[in-house]
Amino acid sequence: MSENKRVDKPTGTETVGHEWDGIEELDTPMPRWWLWTLYATIIWAIGYVILYPAIPMIHSASEGLLGWSSRGEYAQAVSARERELEPIRQALVSTDIRKLHGSPELMQQAVEGGRSAFKVHCVQCHGSGAAGSAGYPNLNDDDWLWGGDLEAIEYTLIHGIRNPDHEQTRFSQMPAFGRDGILQPTEIQDLVSHVRVLAGREKQSAAATRGAMLFEANCAICHGSDGTGDRTQGAPNLTDAISLYGLDRASLTNTITNSRYGVMPRWGQRLDSATIRMLAAYVYSLGGGEKLPALEATATTPVESDGDEQS
Amino acid sequence: MDSLLGKAGGWLALVFLSFIAMVMAADGGFAVHMGIIMTACLIALWVTISKADYAAIGRGILRAPADPGKYDDDPVRWGVIATLFWGMAGFAVGLYIALQLAFPVLNLGLEYTTFGRLRPLHTSAVIFAFGGNALIATSFYVVQRTCRARLAFPRLARFVFWGYQLFIVLAATGYLMGVTQSREYAEPEWYVDLWLTIVWVSYAVVYIGTIVKRSEPHIYVANWFFLSFILTVAMLHVVNGLTIPVSLLGAKSYSAFSGVQDALTQWWYGHNAVGFFLTAGFLGMMYYFVPKQAERPVYSYRLSIIHFWSLIFLYIWAGPHHLHYTALPDWAQTLGMVFSIVLWMPSWGGMINGLMTLNGAWDKIRTDPIIRMMVLALAFYGMSTFEGPMMSIKAVNSLSHYTDWTIGHVHSGALGWNGMITFAALYYMVPRLWGHPRLYSLRMVNWHFWLATIGIVLYAASMWVAGIMQGLMWREYGDDGYLVYAFSEVVSAMFPMYMIRATGGLLYLAGAVVMVYNVWMTLAGRVRDEKPMTQTPYDEAADKPLVAAPAE
Repeated sequence: MSENKRVDKPTGTETVGHEWDGIEELDTPMPRWWLWTLYATIIWAIGYVILYPAIPMIHSASEGLLGWSSRGEYAQAVSARERELEPIRQALVSTDIRKLHGSPELMQQAVEGGRSAFKVHCVQCHGSGAAGSAGYPNLNDDDWLWGGDLEAIEYTLIHGIRNPDHEQTRFSQMPAFGRDGILQPTEIQDLVSHVRVLAGREKQSAAATRGAMLFEANCAICHGSDGTGDRTQGAPNLTDAISLYGLDRASLTNTITNSRYGVMPRWGQRLDSATIRMLAAYVYSLGGGEKLPALEATATTPVESDGDEQS
Repeated sequence: MDSLLGKAGGWLALVFLSFIAMVMAADGGFAVHMGIIMTACLIALWVTISKADYAAIGRGILRAPADPGKYDDDPVRWGVIATLFWGMAGFAVGLYIALQLAFPVLNLGLEYTTFGRLRPLHTSAVIFAFGGNALIATSFYVVQRTCRARLAFPRLARFVFWGYQLFIVLAATGYLMGVTQSREYAEPEWYVDLWLTIVWVSYAVVYIGTIVKRSEPHIYVANWFFLSFILTVAMLHVVNGLTIPVSLLGAKSYSAFSGVQDALTQWWYGHNAVGFFLTAGFLGMMYYFVPKQAERPVYSYRLSIIHFWSLIFLYIWAGPHHLHYTALPDWAQTLGMVFSIVLWMPSWGGMINGLMTLNGAWDKIRTDPIIRMMVLALAFYGMSTFEGPMMSIKAVNSLSHYTDWTIGHVHSGALGWNGMITFAALYYMVPRLWGHPRLYSLRMVNWHFWLATIGIVLYAASMWVAGIMQGLMWREYGDDGYLVYAFSEVVSAMFPMYMIRATGGLLYLAGAVVMVYNVWMTLAGRVRDEKPMTQTPYDEAADKPLVAAPAE
């Protein structure tokens, strides 16, 4: 091989003497900066390995001189945060929720905590602006299915809606008037017309008049003769412009024919009671919160912020 | 005649076997795949019968062997065309899924066209179909020329090419049907894995066989890199693919590993797919085509030795940096990070050796668009192999992990390094392989260069910004101590970045379209009337294997 060595003119460097398909190689020494940087990274690596957990052994690994561990770092960060929040949490849990707006500073702290928790747990259904969508209530308005004071909101949060395995859950079920053969399709169309008249979407008509009679016979028991609903059983007010599933004919026909069965998880078993209070305060603060608990509405909803299913 | 009967009979038996497997399949995906295999066997059967040289068989003599005075370039030519074809497919799907991220309606509400199924189609198409065909084609081209020997086992080499295409078709159709192991970059199911193992071992046999029968005393550095790529990918594929099928007639299988061991095996594979497929293999490409195109000697033999051995020794340990701050034990995370940092200089050795090979030919960057592509490829190689070790540092990783920064990093390497060096190699090979005086147009190569370059810059820059923005938004606490943003708010903040990224992808795809047109016209024998640019001359007389003179 050495017999083919030659000095390359443009660089003045000798070649190694090999040649493949016309390709030769220069005998340039490795660039010093390259070599020294390589050595530096190796030295750094050795130091790091001594300082941090690195060498696997039979049952565990070397712990490193600094005693650092990722779990330890995480636990430290979490407990520091918890220590910081503890006074607020304590104050929240020990305050009567009906009197929470009596202390504006605590209320404000609860709202901020709730805003953060809402972004983790609630936006998936209610949207990041809490405006909801078809089937998921808008929390910014003042129309409430189950009550909009702090206590009622907290109860809904703790026990959820239509949790089949939970007795205290908010529960209501409208019959599937069409599917179960209670009403004929033409009757349902009349009923739709009446409901749309109630909501101000249609003018009075012969069909709506027929529908009014059907409404009295089938619907008034929950929604009331005037259609203003009943919060004790979660029956929505039909006379306003707000609707969970839509007020167009197709949506209403579907609702009356098949009924609806929206479910909200019960957060009492997943979140601590302070966080739930924060969420309640946040939802309350969105614009539709009702100042004074309506006493008749809360009669059936004792505060159970520390329910048996909470962890 | 006997051998023809035997071969046709063998293909027919395979047709029947795959038909039976198709009929008895436990699930639809497996049935479709067996149908594809049956079709492939039918085509092979037809080719066997129709191509048979009946006259020669009738005369009872063997067909004359192919001209031993020429390199065996058929599989290389097929590979070049396959590279272009799969490249176009892979880039187009990439652009489509980039647009899906900006406009989710493009999921079309069909399971087959959701992002989750198209994304592995894109990654596998560009890495394994485009990159893999480029590697097989260039390695067959390079190993013959640097060994001055024809391919060993020419039939097996053809099997490697066609077998690899069948693997690609099975993998791609599988993704669309939801047949997947859900292992990143190793999604194909067990039977496709087994098939790839057979193909890959055949590839290794052809490659090593050719090196063994070389006429040169030494093995050129490009071949070290190709060889390390072939051997390591075989090992990675086999270990990561260890699964237990639910049924021998069904697609589904379960990994032999579980929990964090499974995750570590996956990323040991995944990282070294980058390290040995996309780095070592393409360095092999670089070490041949850069000195050839520049007509300059390689910068430093010593550097090539040290950086080769340090690169392949270190790369294999770096996988755990994909699992920082997970259930993976701290010691493994530490080692993954430490090896990644030490890997920095060995990686850069390839960049130095490539760039400094231009010593004495720097003027060609101005005048030779193919050299320009190679220089850009090496520059992006250097950038991403600096960025990689940096992102493996835990403090950096805690910001960058799970963000689009990773996507930007991967694409600066893939589009910049792998794509550009492949384009350059194809432009170098095409006129030589098809015996044309030059490409249809060098000016169009220049157009391709600029379209791709602007595309990469838009892509990488937008993803860096997007990634760092995501990372900072996710961890931002307000004055009251609570997280400020919901995940969905971070997603919607990405929209402008996703649009810039899609624009970059569109430009890159446009560059590839220019290339396909250029190659097409070259194959058609056309030469564009244009102002000439620097072109590396081709010495056809030297482009031959060394054949021992027959003894007199």
